[in-house]
Amino acid sequence: MWSRANLFGALAFIAVAAAAPALPAWLVSLATIAFANALVVLGLVILWRAGLVPFGQALFYATGAYAVALLSRYAGWRDVFLLVAVGAAAAGMVAFLVGFLLARYRDIFFAMLSLAMSMILYGVLVKTETLGSTDGFHVESGTFLGYEPHGRALNLALFWLVLGLSAVSAFLITLYFRTVAGALAMPVRDNEIRLEFLGISVTRLIHLKLVISGILAGLGGALAALAVAHVDPNMAYWTTSGGFVFVTILAGVGSVAAAFVGSLVFELLRSIAIDLLPGFWQLILGSALLLTILFLPEGLGSLFYRLRRAPEQGS
Amino acid sequence: MTAILSVRDLEKTFGSIVAARDITLDVPAQQTVGIIGANGAGKTTFINMITGHLRPTKGTIRLEDRDITGWPSREITRLGISRSFQVAQIFPSLTVFENMCAAAAAAGSNGAFARVLTPLKSPATIREADASIELFRIAAYRHALASTLPQGIRKLLDIAMAVVGSPRVLLLDEPTSGISVEEKFVVMDVVMSALKSRKLTVLFVEHDMEIVARFADRVLAFYDGTVIADGAPAAALADRRVQTLISGTKPEREGHPHA
Repeated sequence: MWSRANLFGALAFIAVAAAAPALPAWLVSLATIAFANALVVLGLVILWRAGLVPFGQALFYATGAYAVALLSRYAGWRDVFLLVAVGAAAAGMVAFLVGFLLARYRDIFFAMLSLAMSMILYGVLVKTETLGSTDGFHVESGTFLGYEPHGRALNLALFWLVLGLSAVSAFLITLYFRTVAGALAMPVRDNEIRLEFLGISVTRLIHLKLVISGILAGLGGALAALAVAHVDPNMAYWTTSGGFVFVTILAGVGSVAAAFVGSLVFELLRSIAIDLLPGFWQLILGSALLLTILFLPEGLGSLFYRLRRAPEQGS
Repeated sequence: MTAILSVRDLEKTFGSIVAARDITLDVPAQQTVGIIGANGAGKTTFINMITGHLRPTKGTIRLEDRDITGWPSREITRLGISRSFQVAQIFPSLTVFENMCAAAAAAGSNGAFARVLTPLKSPATIREADASIELFRIAAYRHALASTLPQGIRKLLDIAMAVVGSPRVLLLDEPTSGISVEEKFVVMDVVMSALKSRKLTVLFVEHDMEIVARFADRVLAFYDGTVIADGAPAAALADRRVQTLISGTKPEREGHPHA
């Protein structure tokens, strides 16, 4: 359980958490959003390893975000831990329900059906006045077990919350990838017939993966809603889903840590691109994606294990 | 001796095409049954019905006292009927060892909760995977990617994966297809001695009459969807209809479409 990778992850977590107060506010905010999105990407990694590319993960992301926003607005809930837990649970429940249908499909049919599901939510959000319609609505800043920070303190508190939940999620997903259900991802992609004749229901295995990835996306969405202090229907739009697919390609699916590094690189790249070429920032992101696919087809994560493997081969 | 597998009046039709009909037989425990027949005679349809891949149109299949007709294949697998395939069904992007671990863990874990709580590479799965690799003599390929294996080793891996969950009945669909003539007997020797040591009841489909004669205790000859001969290999292979319609050892076969 305490492998070198876990130890390294724990050290990186402590270092980043300790360094946060010394970092500029813009960087802390950027990292908060990046790590919240990385949780969604981690969910994509789970499905991707089994050969499934979801093009509608924004469904669960927006569900988590809107659950937080609605509870805070209409029920007056303020505690961030409670809000985030309910956001993740709501998205997990939606994933469980749509999973009965989605888990039966593969390849492009899976991608398109998940896209369609998210666009249904988008349509509902845009057309519903009480859900804020196209403008969405503001999310009140939360409290942390009674503590109510403002300004810089709130900025840091949210970052630590996201970082802590990221660390817990990363650890749990690392464990999941070693279990029978988690490790049978590549076999699902490779050969479903063999799995069925080993007595495994592939549909149920994929359904479970969908629920886990839904919970992670809901968690990410809930945290993003708190960090941005605003929700709007764009959170359910297909370009949001596409963004998560982009980051997953950039990060690669070989390691859990890569999701976080990839998401951070993506957010940095985006803000630098917007700074440099306000009109053409998509051009820079597009080129970055192209270069990744051409030169790092297994994503940024493959750099880690290339480095890790090299000395072992040398000795 | 009581039968482990009993089949009564089994029939399968696809529209107006009759793929299998009037199949009635009992297989006692630990018997090795060779199934012969020309292409399209209904051998694979028969295996597919027993393993739940196809639902019979009519008739019943029993495993000991349990009626398993029309059950889904993964439930039938859990009850102890396993199979290998004409085209080896393996996990190409995993190594041989990982293939065996995946198979051992999949077959060994029962229920969704167990699968979330137990690690895939538990000491028990590793032990079982290693034992199977030894039993089927593929240790030299332990760390090779399954996609790079020679045909004979692929077949051995496929069969090893089918055996790993300790089934009671094993169906092998053309275990030697795609293997060179020289290798066939070597592969079958490995497979049959491994299966004998596990006290399995085996049904295997085979086109090579020499292999059938050497390894089977009993032969089922299929023709046009039904069994036309059933008995000890010497008797069944000497049957006139078997010789003209299937094995083609009689001169009058010349010009026959099934030769």
